[in-house]
Amino acid sequence: MTKAFLSGNEAFAEGVRLARPQVISIYPITPQTTVVERLSEMVENSSLKSELIHVESEHSALSCAIGASAMGARTFTATSSQGLLYMAECLHYASGGRFPIVMMNANRSTALPWNIYGDQRDSLSQLDCGWIQVYVEDAQESLDMALQGYHIAESPLVSTPVMVNLDGFVLTHTYETVEIPNQTDADRFLPPFQTKNKMSLDNPKNLAFSVGPDNNMEFKYLQHKAMLDSKRIIEETDKKFAEIFGRGYGGLTQGYRLEDADYILITLGSITGLCREVVDELRQNGEMVGLLKIRFLRPFPDEDLAAALGSVKAIGVLEKDISFGYEGTVYTNVNSVIAKNGLRLETYNFIAGLGGRDISRENIRAMFRHLQTGGQHVNFIGLGVSIDE
Amino acid sequence: MSKQITAKTITDSEFFYGHKACAGCGGSLAVRIALKVLGEGAISVLPAGCMSAVGFNYPHLCFSNNSIISTFAGTASMLTGVEAGARAVGIKNFKAVGLAGDGGTADIGIQALSGAIDRNDDILYICYDNEAYMNTGIQKSGLTPFGAKTTTTPSGENIHGNIRPKKNLFEIVAAHNIPYAATASIGDLKDFMNKIEKASKIKGTTYIHVVAPCPIGWGIPVNETIEISRKMIDCGLWYLAEYENGQFKLNRTPRKFSSIKDYLLSQGRFKHLEDADIKILAAQRDAKWTTIRKNWNTTEEEL
Repeated sequence: MTKAFLSGNEAFAEGVRLARPQVISIYPITPQTTVVERLSEMVENSSLKSELIHVESEHSALSCAIGASAMGARTFTATSSQGLLYMAECLHYASGGRFPIVMMNANRSTALPWNIYGDQRDSLSQLDCGWIQVYVEDAQESLDMALQGYHIAESPLVSTPVMVNLDGFVLTHTYETVEIPNQTDADRFLPPFQTKNKMSLDNPKNLAFSVGPDNNMEFKYLQHKAMLDSKRIIEETDKKFAEIFGRGYGGLTQGYRLEDADYILITLGSITGLCREVVDELRQNGEMVGLLKIRFLRPFPDEDLAAALGSVKAIGVLEKDISFGYEGTVYTNVNSVIAKNGLRLETYNFIAGLGGRDISRENIRAMFRHLQTGGQHVNFIGLGVSIDE
Repeated sequence: MSKQITAKTITDSEFFYGHKACAGCGGSLAVRIALKVLGEGAISVLPAGCMSAVGFNYPHLCFSNNSIISTFAGTASMLTGVEAGARAVGIKNFKAVGLAGDGGTADIGIQALSGAIDRNDDILYICYDNEAYMNTGIQKSGLTPFGAKTTTTPSGENIHGNIRPKKNLFEIVAAHNIPYAATASIGDLKDFMNKIEKASKIKGTTYIHVVAPCPIGWGIPVNETIEISRKMIDCGLWYLAEYENGQFKLNRTPRKFSSIKDYLLSQGRFKHLEDADIKILAAQRDAKWTTIRKNWNTTEEEL
């Protein structure tokens, strides 16, 4: 184990290196660009042995990764924002074909209007594409989830691609001290990729075929079931990771000061750190507040949420997303758990940080006040101009 | 000169059979022949299109070699991944081959094809050109010739079918300075087979553009697929050529063209053409041949 001062991108690249992908397809798009730059350097200096392919678009990046995965190779690619949207067809293709590719996505606003800063509208708009989606909080979790991502994706029970989401700029471009595991431990955690879902000369296969109405629904059901089964694999993977590396993340969600909390803020990604500090501050004032970080949005942690929110008075969902014409997508998902479980509590949605708008400590304090006083259900945080003009 | 593949020497093994292609389908013949030449080491990538539609219907899967459907735009990019992946896992003696139609190649797939050639990936890309989107019901593609009636270029009083000439994909591919590219036709299977054999032995990206008529889309009897392919070459609207080492080479130079009018009017898709339209096509043909004869080498022995 060594320590290094790395950006989220660089930390992720270290995690990818330790996972030993055999094929990496790269296409540059900000803000993930430095991941592929670091990986290129690693291939150049022989710290990573991998086929590095310079494709000409994101569609091709993922199409290429699917082809390599169909030969039984461990594959990696990375994207962000418009790039993720451009590869949307291949997202469904990879998950439907059950190819366990791991991809990093730097969460960034989607055009129009153009904006290079971070929000989560890119990946949340692709929530239904059949990929496991995890949102990480800091550089260490980025590195660790590159490794865990392969372990989850390649589990025979799962065989589903994993998208690891890093908040653009806020996480991809800021530096932290990160522990880099040694290769021996990484190999102990992540064995070489084995799959039956591949073509080989000994056992020729026809893959990615058509399935008519007679059988199509069964394929889709199995895809869904694999995603549900992945919940168990995600928990087991995190436990195994903790045993080897001495740190874990709690699986699908990670709670903070949830015991006896009456008011809980639900978060995704890098904003969680600041929210945790505000929870500490409010707890010092005697306020019964807590925090629940959703790590995996697919599969959705409905059991975890139901268990955590059973005796809570109100919750708020803070997300960098809006599903135009309704509310935040995460909020809709959380409310479904509350309805299905007959929980009696108030729910609020805080739409914040769109297009990289700062979310301040005072904004978060105000969210907790809102949970206690009540008010509008869906709230845009920090709107600076009159929207009536 | 290496030994030529002929009807007598080609393997009896079949790699693409039991499929649902229409009677007289040129595309399925091109795919069948290509895989017979390449053998069991072929790992084929076919985009959404006619051949994947007729050959990949679970549980009725018709390729006995490794085969996978790509996205419509993704033939070449998936081929790249298949080739790199096969090498990465230690597979030897394989050939990654793309088998895509004209729309999948010249329109939606051209970006990925260009990228693969640019990287000089060790793949063989075969475009079976039936001159329209036949699988979806005969819509115009970038390789539909001038004057052809399709369901999106109907022929009427004002417009006589497709108003634009066929995109010259062979030369677009060659312009990448590709190691090897060739045109072919199912009207000359010996030529096609030997070009596949040749391409498969060349390291780097290789490309074969084979004309493979669709009786439904062209409006010809199902037993005339081969005959119409030959007429197309004989009348000069197609040519058999190669691009190698930066040079174009014409494989066959007809001394005199057969009747272009006869070729056109024997097909339903050109039935509406008037003499003025046919003159335009003949003029385009003549201009092209003037350039070819001026700039390209010829294979004298095949004159």
